[in-house]
Amino acid sequence: MMGTAGQDILLNLGRMDELARSDSPIHRLDSRVKVLTTVVFLVCVVSFPKYTVSALIPFFLYPFYLMTAAHVPTGLLLRRLAAVSPLAVLLGIWNPLLDRQAVLSVGFLSVSGGWLSFCSILLRFGLTVGSVLVLIATTGLESICAALEKIKIPRIFVLQILFLYRYLFVLTEEAARMLRARSLRSFDGRGTGLLSFRGMAGTLLLRTFERAERISQAMYCRAFEGRIPTKQVFQISRQDVLFFFFWTVFFIIFRWVNPAAIWGRFLEGITE
Amino acid sequence: MSHHLVEADNLFYTYPDGTAALQGISFRITHGQSVALVGGNGAGKSTLLLHLCGCLLPTKGTLRIGNLPVSRQTLPAIRKTVGMVFQDPDDQLFMPTVYEDAAFGPHNLGLDAQQVRPVVEEALRRTGVLHLQNRPPFRLSAGEKRRAAIASVLAMTPDILVLDEPSANLDPQARRELIDLLRSFEHTKIIATHDLDLAMDLCERTIVLEGGKVLLDGPTEAVFQNNDEVLLKARLAKPLRLQGCPVCRRKESSG
Repeated sequence: MMGTAGQDILLNLGRMDELARSDSPIHRLDSRVKVLTTVVFLVCVVSFPKYTVSALIPFFLYPFYLMTAAHVPTGLLLRRLAAVSPLAVLLGIWNPLLDRQAVLSVGFLSVSGGWLSFCSILLRFGLTVGSVLVLIATTGLESICAALEKIKIPRIFVLQILFLYRYLFVLTEEAARMLRARSLRSFDGRGTGLLSFRGMAGTLLLRTFERAERISQAMYCRAFEGRIPTKQVFQISRQDVLFFFFWTVFFIIFRWVNPAAIWGRFLEGITE
Repeated sequence: MSHHLVEADNLFYTYPDGTAALQGISFRITHGQSVALVGGNGAGKSTLLLHLCGCLLPTKGTLRIGNLPVSRQTLPAIRKTVGMVFQDPDDQLFMPTVYEDAAFGPHNLGLDAQQVRPVVEEALRRTGVLHLQNRPPFRLSAGEKRRAAIASVLAMTPDILVLDEPSANLDPQARRELIDLLRSFEHTKIIATHDLDLAMDLCERTIVLEGGKVLLDGPTEAVFQNNDEVLLKARLAKPLRLQGCPVCRRKESSG
């Protein structure tokens, strides 16, 4: 059932947040440093040209390093990745159909540009989503939000993320209850069609509005004036500086230098 | 002490869609009183509560908290004086952890981190949820959520506590513990509830609302003892405790 699948994902999300409360050298790093490093990482990965495949490989070092150093279970992370991967596949699968120009030949096999860019999309998806998941598992969403606010991201966006996260659980529970109620009163597939789905989506939206209003009342009752306080203490240590510079330099170097290509040229040089 | 006074004078409120929810409500609640607000669905309880914390402003008439009339200008002072516990704790516990939620109000009142900690810890200790301080609110049981919601209001050290259906969704033991907890508070308490036995336990005075008007206002026992017809009109019934023992009644009718 759709509801249970959704809840599984959310439970996993809860698990990620629990992981964020454990302790390791990575957990202890300043959350601003982790956020900024991840941003540099994302920019570098995303800015590669569309046929890039081999040059992306060194970038896997970053999420893998974080995972090992912070003891994030690989299985959990891969399951989360798999849960959102259909989106990337859906986006990328058109490329092999539209772009049939052969750009690479391996022996007698020629690879079209479409397949190459499809691979590139999947790799980039794994890198970007994976690194963000690791960031959540080692930092926690609230700390990430506090860091975002500290580095001057407009407060309204930070609030949105924070509230989205807090009420995702309440909302899915509400949706799951509706789905359950519907399945109890529909037989032989009757009543499960698009029509009832439309009604449910509408109801859910209206309920969300009502809840949003109640929450804002509760906030104003407690003297809310547009600022969410955090107990976060920010302090940059030597480890933070080292972490940031090491990885930024690493990303920038490998953004321009492709070790696989150099190795290939080196081999060519030997055989000539 | 006059700043604990709650006084409604001919209060009217009509919703934008035309529903006349309050139609001339007057009462005066003095320092330390504990008052139950009862009535059927749609009698105007929730609307009245939203007036007490300044979420709604009266269309006509005045509401005074302490010496201040509730108006847009006095809202900050009103919200410091009145602590509102909402019916659904999920609406009230919006911060990532129980501690941060309790710290939300004091922070907004301008206290710094050092000043906030003792206040919050005291509130959490009083409601018995100090050990849950680092837990995310959505993982708590209904009883724990209720306590955390009360702590988040207590941390603002209000003079008047307003509670909307505090015993809803609680198991009998959690309900009992909640009653004991509320009884230990010396604040002025205004409790909207369908749990009439809770009203008997906690409130010396009861106001019965019906159709946006005050139907009865008096000592709780007197209100529930001798007014069967009025209670029926207000879609209420006698508290179970006053209804006589079902086992004895069965014996009487058979014997």
